[in-house]
Amino acid sequence: MSCDSTRTVLHGYLDGELDATRAAEFERHLENCRECAVALGAEESLRSSLQRSGLYENAPVSLRKKVRADLDAATASSVALRIPAWRWLALAAALLIVASVSWYAWPRVQNSASSAPFTAAELIDAHVRSLQPGHLTDVVSSDQHTVKPWFNGKLAFVPPVKDFTDEGFALIGGRLDVLGGQNVAALVYARRKHVINVFVLPTKEPDTPIHPPGLRQGYQWRHWRYQGMEYCAISDVADSDLYELAQLLYQ
Amino acid sequence: MSGSDQGRGSDVLEVQDRARFEQLVLPHLDAAFNLARWLLRNRADSEDVAQEAMLRACRFFRGFHGGDARAWLLQIVRNTCYTWLEKNRPVELMSEFDEELHQQPSVSPETLAIAGDNRERLTRALETLPPRFREVLVLREFEGCSYKEIASITAIPIGTVMSALARARQRLQRALTHSSPQEATREL
Repeated sequence: MSCDSTRTVLHGYLDGELDATRAAEFERHLENCRECAVALGAEESLRSSLQRSGLYENAPVSLRKKVRADLDAATASSVALRIPAWRWLALAAALLIVASVSWYAWPRVQNSASSAPFTAAELIDAHVRSLQPGHLTDVVSSDQHTVKPWFNGKLAFVPPVKDFTDEGFALIGGRLDVLGGQNVAALVYARRKHVINVFVLPTKEPDTPIHPPGLRQGYQWRHWRYQGMEYCAISDVADSDLYELAQLLYQ
Repeated sequence: MSGSDQGRGSDVLEVQDRARFEQLVLPHLDAAFNLARWLLRNRADSEDVAQEAMLRACRFFRGFHGGDARAWLLQIVRNTCYTWLEKNRPVELMSEFDEELHQQPSVSPETLAIAGDNRERLTRALETLPPRFREVLVLREFEGCSYKEIASITAIPIGTVMSALARARQRLQRALTHSSPQEATREL
């Protein structure tokens, strides 16, 4: 092995990129070549200087913020996210007025025989809140086996978590939410460019069929009870889509 | 970003893609910024270019089918940096990428250790290297990339990564030991 080629091979050796045969060959060479031994020592010293130098520069917070903002602007379903802050305030104020004026007058989500333990206003609030930046998911995953265990120990019940990507409803994550004063699981599905929240909470009431759709402020929902769980799916998608997802969950 | 950029950036990510992007690509923002900073040699330009690169990554994300997300992102960052350099500092890219390994007397590890312990001097020495030498060193020593990753990020054949690193390290040693900090600055 000539020393010239060794000058190059030395770097492969230093970087741990030689196969076992070539590495052994180089080690044998190293025993007899003082020049290479010195050169290797110098390279190791240089490497440790570089790695100890603290010259690695992390991304500044300002960049992180700008990238987040770009991502919000670039995300298809985030039409709501692009509403400027003052409009959010106006919307919040409007909701507050409506809520305070008609709190008791607002109907429960369904008629009394099958009423859900939360109002339509609370349901819409929870859905709208979830669409604000950073609120949609606590655990991001399309894997039901990741989302399901995530809820362990966070709720007093185990929500059924299923992914329906093949059916056109991709599970994108889950989060904890509060609905009607109760802790609930929220499963988040994507339908084309829309977000669907499915709220799940335990109930002692008997099963019901999937109730007819509710509609308010452009949002639609479907509510039902199945095997000790109360479900409510809400979104701005067409009701036929919501019904399809409800049927998938109702089995 | 300007308004037109926002327009171009709109509606490029589906909701589920956004979640995947945050999971796979966003964690490498530090790596993206660090590479840009060493290629462009100043933080303000690097912030703009890294931001532009992240936007491009968003746009191309549908074309990313798994694998090494860091290498994929750094490739985009590198290309964005070179495009920026061509436009703003074309002279820097004209520095020759000499194929010769110069014969030079061996530098003792002790001499290098002393020179290398000076952070300022190390920074200047790195910054005097031509970008193509600088990038392989940054990827290898700061980012810990394998030869395979370096090859895919810099678009050089994997067989030449080792010799590129050999030349880069030789140049760095020379810059560290043969020039005082003042001379290194003048070379800029």
